Amino acid sequence: MKTNDVIMQFTAKIVFFIIFFYAVHIFFAGHYTPGGGFVGGLVTASAIVLLIIAFDLKTVQSILPINYIYLVACGLIISLGTAAFSMFVDKPFFTHFFDYFNLPILGKTSLHTAALFDLGVYLVVVGVTMTIIQTIGEDE
Amino acid sequence: MNNFLLLPIIIPFFFGMLLMFGQKKIAYQRITTLLGLVISILCAFGLVANVYENGPQIVTLGNWPAPFGITMVSDMVSALLVLTTLILTFFIVWYGFESIKKEREQFFYYPAVMFIIVGVNGAFTTGDIFNLFVFFEVLLMASYLLIVLGGEKAQLRESIKYILVNVISSAFFVITVAFLYSVVGTLNMADISQKITEINQPGILTVIAILFLLVFGMKAAIFPLYFWLPGAYSAPPVPVLALFGALLTKVGVYAITRTYTLFFTQEVAFTHELLLILSILTIVAGCIGALAHFDVKQIIIYNIVIAVGVILFGVAQMNEAGLEGAMFYLIHDMVIKAALFMLIGIVIYVTGTTNLRKMGGLMKTYPALGWFYLIAALGLAGVPPLSGFIGKLLIVQGGFEAGNIWTSVFILASSIVVLLSVMRIFIYAFWGEQGQLATNVEKKKYNRLFFPTMLLVVVSIFYGIGTEWLTPFIKQAANVLMDPSIYIDAVMKGGE
Amino acid sequence: MEIVMAFVCGFLFMAAIYLILSKSLLRIIIGTGLLSHGAHLLILTMGSFKGSAPPVLSDGVTDYVDPLPQALILTAIVISFGVTAFFLVLAYRAYQEIKTDDMTLMKGSEDNE
Repeated sequence: MKTNDVIMQFTAKIVFFIIFFYAVHIFFAGHYTPGGGFVGGLVTASAIVLLIIAFDLKTVQSILPINYIYLVACGLIISLGTAAFSMFVDKPFFTHFFDYFNLPILGKTSLHTAALFDLGVYLVVVGVTMTIIQTIGEDE
Repeated sequence: MNNFLLLPIIIPFFFGMLLMFGQKKIAYQRITTLLGLVISILCAFGLVANVYENGPQIVTLGNWPAPFGITMVSDMVSALLVLTTLILTFFIVWYGFESIKKEREQFFYYPAVMFIIVGVNGAFTTGDIFNLFVFFEVLLMASYLLIVLGGEKAQLRESIKYILVNVISSAFFVITVAFLYSVVGTLNMADISQKITEINQPGILTVIAILFLLVFGMKAAIFPLYFWLPGAYSAPPVPVLALFGALLTKVGVYAITRTYTLFFTQEVAFTHELLLILSILTIVAGCIGALAHFDVKQIIIYNIVIAVGVILFGVAQMNEAGLEGAMFYLIHDMVIKAALFMLIGIVIYVTGTTNLRKMGGLMKTYPALGWFYLIAALGLAGVPPLSGFIGKLLIVQGGFEAGNIWTSVFILASSIVVLLSVMRIFIYAFWGEQGQLATNVEKKKYNRLFFPTMLLVVVSIFYGIGTEWLTPFIKQAANVLMDPSIYIDAVMKGGE
Repeated sequence: MEIVMAFVCGFLFMAAIYLILSKSLLRIIIGTGLLSHGAHLLILTMGSFKGSAPPVLSDGVTDYVDPLPQALILTAIVISFGVTAFFLVLAYRAYQEIKTDDMTLMKGSEDNE
């Protein structure tokens, strides 16, 4: 049975971006308030899942031609790299660094290497979640 | 502060990530894996030398001072176990080139192996009880993948049970940590040890001790909790089986050893007595299983259970000789179990069956295999001067010193059963009339399987003969276990 | 509060055990999920409910809750999320291969391969 889900598809295209930017917001909010890479990653994954529901797996794969396994690997490398960086400057593993910078538009901003680590976590979570959903969804 | 001790954990992790790229290129996968392992082994050698000279090495992650942040501690116990793990994995991966199927190699076999080492080495090294849980989960996740890889019916069926058992035991781990945290208010293992001596609240602590025994016993396969092991371990292919048999149960044994020597030294009369009884029952159960089966895999699998019992018997004595013997035997057993599984794998390959009754007469066709199997079997049973001898001797000596005369005699008697169980394989498979032979045996593949196996058996021979040179290292390890203050001092001062 | 939480944890464990002991694989997986929820709640309870402010560093706040149990729970949740997801995929694959989700039909022996 073929259903006509034009409304669903049209809405999904817009809502996808809303959810995605909300995920980005959560990701950066996680620095001092609840949020962070894990939740952000899950929200992003749910946005992609929405697209999959509205369209189908093949279409979404052509829209987002990402190999999610590589995404996981990249995330892990970023996380490990951030953590291991401190080893090269003779500090214990996982030591983070932070400072305040005056950026052009944002003004005084605190930049923290923990955010990079969180970026890795974000990528891993998106990658793992999507891999699992793809694995189940692939063979109908 | 010394980041060096983290290298045997970080390097496999890094190479594991590299291996997630380029799944289809088998040559790349194999070379990268071996390269990563070789570098890690060199680092582990350096680590052992470093610990031997300078005592336990500490690093506090994130530069948080000792009782608050996560501490990684590498004392002699963990350094030796890390080294053994890496060497074994090297040989098993090498062996696996020929016997792991191509589909598995292309589907995350090598990354999973790397991550399992990350978990195992991390569990050996960590000085934080919750971090131990995290590393347990890392190695379990990797093991879930390895056990199901290939997707045969038996694998799927057994892995469901394996995962279920481990999920439940992980939940128990979390619960136990919660209880422990509510009592001592800290997670740092050295700090817990200190606080436990201060608060003097043996009732609830004994409960926690038993819960820990339950959690780790599930992983180490001690007496009532070993039920999942024979089924789960018989499902995956031989290299994975060797990896599991050599490493996974030993992590549980290590965790029991660590907690029972560092934390629960108050109510020894109850906790260690229980451990002793359970270890004896474990040996009995293992012996029955090993003698009852005619499946070569199952016989060796049940021998894992026996070995766990023997090691924990040594730990339960809580004296110098017992712990030293336990350390000797632990490392011996990791090496010899890996070697035996690899040998069994070759036997299965050349005969095409796991049923002993169908085998026979391999001595004529594969004499070298027969002799090396004999050496490994004698080593397992502890015939001097092979590797199992000194460990068992010290364990029994510890038993006599602690006044457990009959149970120690029982341990000695169990060696005969062990010998009998592995000699049965020798007699059935290598002697007598020519039994079943697989038709498609390639000489080249056989040689490639045999070479790493032979080298590993040689390693185990050297482990037996070289006892003299190894003793100082093992003595230091036993010292740390015997005297928690060495460990505690190192952690509390190492933070600066 | 601790008493209430003890009952909640106990109820979760009870439900989890009931589900784990059932035949259907899917129920078992839900049961393991509940089991880990109970364990997480237990950590929270064991960390005690002292303090009211969130454990975020700001001036003048001394009455903050113990941050460690929360960190532990977060870690444990992430892990149980991963394990449950893996378990679900595995159950699905097993269902395809073995054509059943009934645990009594998954007994392991050579003759029902």
